[in-house]
Amino acid sequence: MSAIRFDDVWKEYGDHIVLERITMEVEPRAFIALVGPSGCGKTTLLRMLLGEEQPSRGQILVDGKPLPAEPDADRGVVFQRYSVFPHLTVLQNVMLGRELRDAKLIGRLFGAARRAAADDAMKLLAEVGLAGQESKYPSALSGGMQQRLALAQAIMRGPKILLLDEPFGALDPGIRADIHLLMKRLWNETHLTVVMVTHDLSEAFGLATRVIALERSRNRPEERERYGATVSRDLEIFPRRSAELRTTVQPAPAGTTRSGKEHQPGRPGALVLKGQP
Amino acid sequence: MRLVNMRPGRQTRFYLLALPFLLVAIAYFAGSGARLAQNPNDKLLPALPSMVQAVKQMAFEVDPRTGSYLMASDTVASLGRLGSALAISTVAALVLGILIGLLPGANALLGPFVSVTSMVPPLALLPILFIVMGLGENSKIALIVIGTLPCMIRDLAMKVQELPREQIVKAQTLGASTWQIALRVAMPQTLPRLIDVLRLQLGPAWLFLIAAEAIASDSGLGYRIFLVRRYLAMDVIIPYVAWITLLAFLIDVGLRVLQRKAFPWFASVRAE
Repeated sequence: MSAIRFDDVWKEYGDHIVLERITMEVEPRAFIALVGPSGCGKTTLLRMLLGEEQPSRGQILVDGKPLPAEPDADRGVVFQRYSVFPHLTVLQNVMLGRELRDAKLIGRLFGAARRAAADDAMKLLAEVGLAGQESKYPSALSGGMQQRLALAQAIMRGPKILLLDEPFGALDPGIRADIHLLMKRLWNETHLTVVMVTHDLSEAFGLATRVIALERSRNRPEERERYGATVSRDLEIFPRRSAELRTTVQPAPAGTTRSGKEHQPGRPGALVLKGQP
Repeated sequence: MRLVNMRPGRQTRFYLLALPFLLVAIAYFAGSGARLAQNPNDKLLPALPSMVQAVKQMAFEVDPRTGSYLMASDTVASLGRLGSALAISTVAALVLGILIGLLPGANALLGPFVSVTSMVPPLALLPILFIVMGLGENSKIALIVIGTLPCMIRDLAMKVQELPREQIVKAQTLGASTWQIALRVAMPQTLPRLIDVLRLQLGPAWLFLIAAEAIASDSGLGYRIFLVRRYLAMDVIIPYVAWITLLAFLIDVGLRVLQRKAFPWFASVRAE
């Protein structure tokens, strides 16, 4: 739960201006969707939030403090690909954040601490619909399941901000609808501010509290290098959507997770869930 | 049907596999028979019975001069050198490869140096090693290490750099320090690749072992081959070469099995 503030942020690579004059406020617990044509700097903006890239001018503030210049545990991330570690099982992937936090020297937990971490991880796995998959390696999971795992892994560490880089872009429509439900629930039940980059406008309007469009105002070939993209639309979703502050984390109600069906995308019923809570 | 679409079945595959070996054997024994028919004392292409006899003498009879089984003691000496050299190379390559692959600073410091040293022909260094370290075990082990290590470091650093950038970033968002990234992300994923790199370096390692043993040694498989060469003892050399080949093959198979058993997740990663 963090407020983010962009203060006249520019990003330039040499002479090439990618983003310019980005000034915006993101309120705590918002769910921001960044949309825009390819190459308009959506991902660059996300990478700056992540700390992987630094703004060339201006600054980004989180809760009033300048953003650290490298990624840290306050900002979780889910990429479109390579978000989970292929050499760890599903359970180990989720436990990793806890192990890294509590065992600075060897990065592994043993005994009671390990069992406690494993218990928490199992609860989280059940919640994202991956119960029973814990001893598999990620390569044995479908794309949708891998993204569920990536979400669980990020959330296990308890970030304040969750950054999503086209996380569901490579998934089949039915599976995407299911994982949207999960995403909504996670956003409601945790204290996250979410920033999501997406190509899919219906996804943006379906999940977010606010949709922000980045666009180049000048697009003639001779102008492309010298004018970057900036915020062209800032739409609040109507009727206003806000996170419910449910504190107890409940296991998934029957029917909201369909992970068992994910490997059969064409199966009738996979889309039934559309338009549920 | 086009050749590109013709896939041999299990049985055909077996026959095809055996064919080149059989052809070589037939060519050898035909040549051997022809030469021996002309001159029964010919030493160049010995017949099977004389090779069996030589192996029996080398492997199963105590050598009266040294009081040991020569083939066994040669094998132990050679494998000892090869094993200790490759152990040093493997551990050093793992540490330096991860360091160079993961830390841009270490890459700037050591990357070009390793690239240059991997171009030095190791055999040209052998005289230096003999002068500096003497003719004992150390210089032979050092030759194998020098011959294999730079390439292993370079290959391994490249494999570490090939790890998706997303993984390194993801680990940081889970709170990992540089040390923890090396320990929990880079190293476990580098180990199966290290086996690949090691398998590739087995050939050069054997080459440098035999070369060092041939030049200055008093035991070892390479030493024996070059010793009996003076007597044109092809009946010893050929079985020894076959034995070295078998050893190298078995080590390779062993490493492949180790990789499959110890890193079950790796096959699907490599297939991507």
